Order: sequence, then C-alpha cells, then structure tokens
Amino acid sequence: MKLKKEFAVLVSATMITGMFAGCGNSNDKGNSKPKSEDAKSSGDGKVYYLNFKPEQADQWVELAKTYTDETGVDVQVQTAASGTYESTLKSEMAKDEPPTLFQVNGPVGLKSWKDYCYDLSDSQIYKDLSSDDYALKDGDTVQGIAYVIETYGLVYNKAILNKYFKLPDAEVKSIDELNNFDALKKTADGIQAHKDDLGVEGAFTSAGMDSSSDWRFKTHLANLPIYYEYKDKGIDSTDAIEGSYLDDYKNIWDLYIKDSTCKPSMLSSKTGEDAASEFALGEAVFYQNGTWAYNDVKDMEVADEDMGMLPIYIGVKGEEDQGLCTGSENYWCVNKNADQEDIQATLDFMAWVVESDDGRDMLANEMGFVTPFTTFDEYLPSNPLVKANDDYTKDGKKPVSWNFTTMPSETWKNDLGSALLEYAQGTGKWDAVKTAFVDNWATEYQASNAE
Amino acid sequence: MEKAIKKYFPIFILPTMIAFAIGFVAPFLLGIYLSFCKFTTVTDAKFIGISNYKKILGDPVFIHSLWYTALFTLVSVILINVLAFIVALLLTKGIKGTNIFRTVFFMPNLIGGIILGYIWQLLLNGILAHFQRTLTYSSTYGFWGLIILMCWQQVGYMMIIYISGIQSIPGELTEAAKIDGASSRQVLKNVTLPMLMPSITICTFLTLTNGFKLFDQNLALTNGAPSRMSEMLALNIYNTFYGRTGYEGVGQAKAVVFFLIVVIIALVQNKLTRSREVQQ
Repeated sequence: MKLKKEFAVLVSATMITGMFAGCGNSNDKGNSKPKSEDAKSSGDGKVYYLNFKPEQADQWVELAKTYTDETGVDVQVQTAASGTYESTLKSEMAKDEPPTLFQVNGPVGLKSWKDYCYDLSDSQIYKDLSSDDYALKDGDTVQGIAYVIETYGLVYNKAILNKYFKLPDAEVKSIDELNNFDALKKTADGIQAHKDDLGVEGAFTSAGMDSSSDWRFKTHLANLPIYYEYKDKGIDSTDAIEGSYLDDYKNIWDLYIKDSTCKPSMLSSKTGEDAASEFALGEAVFYQNGTWAYNDVKDMEVADEDMGMLPIYIGVKGEEDQGLCTGSENYWCVNKNADQEDIQATLDFMAWVVESDDGRDMLANEMGFVTPFTTFDEYLPSNPLVKANDDYTKDGKKPVSWNFTTMPSETWKNDLGSALLEYAQGTGKWDAVKTAFVDNWATEYQASNAE
Repeated sequence: MEKAIKKYFPIFILPTMIAFAIGFVAPFLLGIYLSFCKFTTVTDAKFIGISNYKKILGDPVFIHSLWYTALFTLVSVILINVLAFIVALLLTKGIKGTNIFRTVFFMPNLIGGIILGYIWQLLLNGILAHFQRTLTYSSTYGFWGLIILMCWQQVGYMMIIYISGIQSIPGELTEAAKIDGASSRQVLKNVTLPMLMPSITICTFLTLTNGFKLFDQNLALTNGAPSRMSEMLALNIYNTFYGRTGYEGVGQAKAVVFFLIVVIIALVQNKLTRSREVQQ
C-alpha cells in the first residue's frame, strides 16, 4: 500500500516535471538550426557557414540566397547567438554535417581548431588578400584569413564637444588639443562639471560590466597596456606579462567610472544597449566602441556628421601620435574534415564573396565592413567611424594593433573583468586587478598550453 | 487482464526505453569516457587517463562553488518545503477561491528558468537601484536573489504534491484524533505529518536535486558575478568547459564528480526520509 502510493506520487511528479521540462527547453532553443535536409541541394558540394557576427546575420542569409540563385549551390548560414560562438561551434563540429566554413578569433582561438583547418595557401581568396598580416599562418600553411578589419576608439559626439569647447572656463579649446590623456581628463572633468549646462548625463557612457558590454574593458581597453608593453619589448606575444602600463590602465578606468552617466555601484547591471542608447540619445559625449557599433547608434539623435572617433589616450609618453586600434578578430577557416566537394564549394563561395559585385556590395555597403582584400578598392563603406580612421591614418598616426587576440584564455578575460568591476564598485582593490592581469596571465598561459 | 499486461509489458515500455537509452544512457556513458580524454569536439577524443581529475583538485573556484551550492541547497530545501507545506495546509481548509489560488501559485512553474532569471534580475535590480546597488554587487545579494527566485518558482509545484498528500489522508483518522481530544496542533504533528511522509520524501528529493543542479536561473540572474563568487556547480562546469583551450575534459571530469555527489546525497536523503514513513 505504502509503496504503491509513493510510486503513484513519484510517477505523477515525474510526468509533470517532464511536461514542464519540455516547456523550459523550448525557450533555450531559440537558435535551433533548421535541418539542412530541408533545403534542396543541387550542385556537387554544399556550403555551411557558421557566422560569428549577429549584427550581420540577415545580410549573410540574403547573400547566401543570391549565391544559390546564381549558381545552384546550396549555402546554409547559421549565426550563433551573441557570446555563444565557441559552444555552438563545438557542438556543430561534432555533427554529421559540420560547418564547412567557420571562424576563429585569432592565434589563441586557432589553438583549439588548428586540427580542423584546411590549408588555404593555394586558395583564390588568399591570393586576393592584400597583406600577410591578415592571415593566420602556421609555418607555410595558411589556416585562417581575416575578412574584416575593424577599428575601435572613443566614439564622441562632436556637437556636444564643441559646445563644451566654447564654455568660458573650458581648459581644452579644440579637438586638436585633445590628443593626450591629460587633455582628455580635463575635458571629461569639465563636461562632468557642466553636465547640466551641456544637457548631458555624463562625459562617458556607462562602463557597463554586464556580459553584453564588459568586453569593451576587459578585452579592448586592456589591449592598450598590452600593446605598449609588447612595443617596448619588440614582441608580439608572451607567456608572462609584466603589466608595466597598468597604472595608465587604472587612470583611464578611473576616468570612465568617475565621469560617467551612472554611479560606479550600478555598473554591474549596465548593458551594452544602455551605453549605446546613452550615446545615441546625446546623453553622453564619449563612448568606447568600434566601427561595428555604427549600426546601433545611427539614425537617432546624433547625426552622422557629428560622430567622430578619438584614439584612447591612457597617458603614455608620445601618445600624441597614437592612432585608433585597428585589427581583426574574425578569421575564416575552412573545415578540412568536410567532404572534398564541400571544401571546393566553400572555397568557390569565399572567392565569389570577395570578387563578385553582389558579394562586394553586400560586404562593403550593407554590412559596412572594411576588408583586407585587394578586390575592394572601389567599395568603401559610408560609415563615418571608418572615415575617422582613414583620417588618422592619413595624418600619419600610428594605429594600435589588436594584441588582445594573444590573451591566454577566456578565463583570463573574465577574471580581469570581475576584478575591474569590484574595484569600480568599491568592493575590491586595484591590487586584485594587477593580480588578475599579471599573475593570471602566467597561470592561464600555462594551463592552456600544458599538454 | 493482469496476465496480458505482464506478457506485453516490454512492448509498452519499449518506446520509453529507447528514448531513455538514446537521450540519457548513451550520453551519460560517453560523458564518463570523455572525462578521461582530451578533446575539442566530442567525436574525436584522445584518451589521457586521470589527469583531468587531478586538475580539479587544484581549482579553488570549484571548491568554493561546491560549498556555495551546498549552502544554497540547504536553505532552499528548507524554505521551499516549509512554505509549500503551509500554503498546502491553508488551501485544503476550504477557503473560498481555493482553486484560483492553487492555479496562481502553480503558474510560475510554467515559465522557463532562463526567462525567470532575467525577469527577476530586472525586478530585483529595480528594487536595489533605490539603494544604488545591483544584484551582482556581492555574492550575498546573488544568493538571496536566487533563493527568492527558486521559492517563487517551486513552492507552487511542491504545494500541489503536498495538497494531494493531505487530501488522501483518510478523514476518519483526523476525526478519530479530534474525538480523542487532540488539539489541531496535535493532529498536525501526530496525524498529518506522519501520513504525509511519502510526499515529504518526494518533495525533499526534488528540491534537493533541483538545488544542486540549478543552472538556468544562475546563468540568467547573476552569471556567477562578482568574480565567480555566485557561481554554482553546474555553471562552474559549463564555464570550465568553455573557459580555456584544452579544458573541455576537465569540465567533463567535474561533471562526473558532480554526478557522484548528487547521487550520494540523494540516496542518503531518500533513506533518511523513507525510514520515517508509516504504514497506512
């Protein structure tokens, strides 16, 4: 009797759980993949591209359709949800029909996938590449090819900044004087002090440490101290960093959190969208982000001609000549374990993308990419942030390279982000940031490279 | 009839068994194998012995997660069961609108964990904003936020189980006790609770394992912030898997250890509560 009853309770409980488990799961599968069987395949090979950039998801699908209509080759494009590329790739790669074209984010990302990369040294797309700087090479083999060059810095609102320059007690009077950390600090402090006169909430947009925004600081901003250290030593990667420019990192971070639209204790919940909207609505003057952010802030309160981009000055000697941070963390790799026909189809597709009019038009004008290919001379995007970069390059400023691709692991970045946040909200000390930056680099490097 | 069922039962359970084998047994065995391997994708793994398990020992965050999860489970099991029991008692007293209340209390279960997590993140951050704080300011906030969330989600579910338990207590037992002069507190202690032990076994089992396995809500509410201090075991495993190149196997090894812990605790709990059940 007792057993029977308990059994009944257990059975009904599991049944209900099962019901709701079903419900719950369907929520998580928002990005489930349509099966490739659904699509009719003509031609010999198929292309399956696992795209990294959610910003351009729709354009890629459209481009794939154009290609299929033109050539009859089946092209599937899937885009991993923001921040889930690595996990999506891992599970997709284990399937019967793995992606034929996928992305890695640089030398560290390549380490996981180097056994899957087809040698692209004979491919058409490699021949179209303007410089070897944009290829990931291992000896003589070419494993990855960058397809977009991006730039980041301090996006700023020219209209409000000019208003500030005209204030009687402004310490910095023109944008030309704004070429080092001291001037940046004076300007930001000035704007913060006059925020009511200028109609803004703060000088900088909120330095949100939500996962949709924290990469701007734990990865992109952290690139600057790494860049200068590498430059001093003449190296391009290391197994142990010294952190010789960490004081400068602290200066800029202090400025971001002090002259901001929100209190430091609120940072942990501020998202990337918060910062983008603060800039787009003219509530803040400076917004650290890159050329890709243009789509998020255009057509709102800030007109295109009012958008500019400043280099991120952190207080290093001679930084007046520093340019914007330019590089790539988007490398195309072809899966060498795919069928030979599929590999060929993929190589053809890649060549078509960078050589045909449709492909070039889509990449440059619709997606707004600056590409490292020689075929794109007449295709330059209209993005004002890209133009800002061109101006700096023309003035002979030295672009800052993207050294954050050599950061030893995701864990390193996450720990640094947490330490930055705790320092900002006052629950941690700057020493913890130092530890996360210097000590963790060595331990993470060893952990990731140990056999 | 009985005989026919006995004869054909393998056919009836076949679909379920197949689903169970494909969806549970196979991945489980593969998972154990992978915990001894170095791999990037699950289809090409290289056997490397127990070095993955050795790496767990030197991971302070994992140990922290273990204690944090244990504490969370303890608090949530007690709170959820006590609250669910009280609500169940109230809703079997024949108050007007009982069915509406039951439905309302049960509703949170129909929402998926991720969504719940984000909704509560907004709600709690909205309240904390008055104090210029956020949920991820310290792990204590995250802890209690999770407790509130889980209570809200699970109390209704456990309530249903308790209600069905209370309703199946024979009326004559309670009546007899009352005629013997038992106060309502005595009835509760000496009749209702002992008769409810099967329900209590089930409910504590479910809340215990749910607490240990918690993932969606943890991911959505705090995602381990600050500094992985509010990271529970399941999330820790997930982050290990994707956090570093070459650490997939270590994540897998943690998952196996995690499995053993949950099994042992669940078995002990089952034995404890079962021994207190009474024969009807």
